[in-house]
Amino acid sequence: MNASNQGPGAGTTAEWPLWEVFVRAKAGLDHKHCGSLHAPDPKAAIQLARDVYTRRQEGTSVWVVRSDQIVASDPADKAMYFDPMEDKVYRHPTFYELPESVNHM
Amino acid sequence: MTASIRLQLTPDVRYVLRIGDTCLVHAQRLAEWCGHAPVLEEDIALANLGLDLLGQARALLTHAGRLEGGGHDEDTLAFLRDEHDYFNLTLVELPLRSGGADFADTQLRCCIVAAWLACLWQGLASSRDRELAAIAAKATKETRYHLEHAADWVVRLGDGSDASARRMQAALARAWPYVAELFDDDAVDAAAAASRLGPAASTLRQPWQASLRAVFAEARLAPPAEGAFRSHGRRGRHSEHMGYLLVELQHLQRAFPGGVW
Repeated sequence: MNASNQGPGAGTTAEWPLWEVFVRAKAGLDHKHCGSLHAPDPKAAIQLARDVYTRRQEGTSVWVVRSDQIVASDPADKAMYFDPMEDKVYRHPTFYELPESVNHM
Repeated sequence: MTASIRLQLTPDVRYVLRIGDTCLVHAQRLAEWCGHAPVLEEDIALANLGLDLLGQARALLTHAGRLEGGGHDEDTLAFLRDEHDYFNLTLVELPLRSGGADFADTQLRCCIVAAWLACLWQGLASSRDRELAAIAAKATKETRYHLEHAADWVVRLGDGSDASARRMQAALARAWPYVAELFDDDAVDAAAAASRLGPAASTLRQPWQASLRAVFAEARLAPPAEGAFRSHGRRGRHSEHMGYLLVELQHLQRAFPGGVW
């Protein structure tokens, strides 16, 4: 809330918590992360996600999750965690010859 | 400056204009929040809500123009009438961002009007006028969301902090004198009900009260007793705020006739 025009009681509430928003474009597809927003409670978060992220028919379903509930890898670990995969091309299944009868792999 | 149009106001035309103008003017007031709402997310939500109402107004004004038969389209009806030819509820023309009103007034008004429109759309679903029934059927889904969104805010603020509860109760006291008009019948309502064009205003009172009873209870709000004051926007007699609203709504079309994007 904007404290300047809220009168008595202004400043007593902390900023609304942050939520991550996931939208499913159509049935059968997965929910994709599309952004975040502030909302006071779960129901408001769902409604505001609908209003902010699906106003141009982007979705048929929304998920929201409190941002502080997400456990993320530490950016400082990026080299240790992810760089070693760079030279492991053999982990891609590109060295197999597929039988003719298998069309869409 | 473009001159105002003159209308052949049959009861049917009046009946449809009352609904269309209520949606139009409600949308105009909500649009005033654009860029000013307390938080960005709700700013977008209010704009969405206003645009839904504007869409409903467009369909209804287009239809009213056809019924009127004078060749007036939605734009002509929206922009080129004089004040006494608008027939919206007075409640929706009252300021939302000045004159002591605030965010609580906004959500409360959205809640009151959405609950009223929901009852009205339901009554119009069986209208003898198939176009009107189709407009109502489409609007029903939009209005259900408006009601849920606004009712949640009424509860959140009414049953929130001491300050938010005080503000919501004050908003209710400001709005309440204008609520009586929502259910105030006249000859136009009687004609609409008799010819099965749509429900008379008085028949909306019970379902409206039923749909808001739980909301007000959860929000710990006590509606004031009904007083003797009656507003008459639906009959073309408006508050002092209407003229200012129309100046802003109309000035572009009046100054640049037929201007388009």
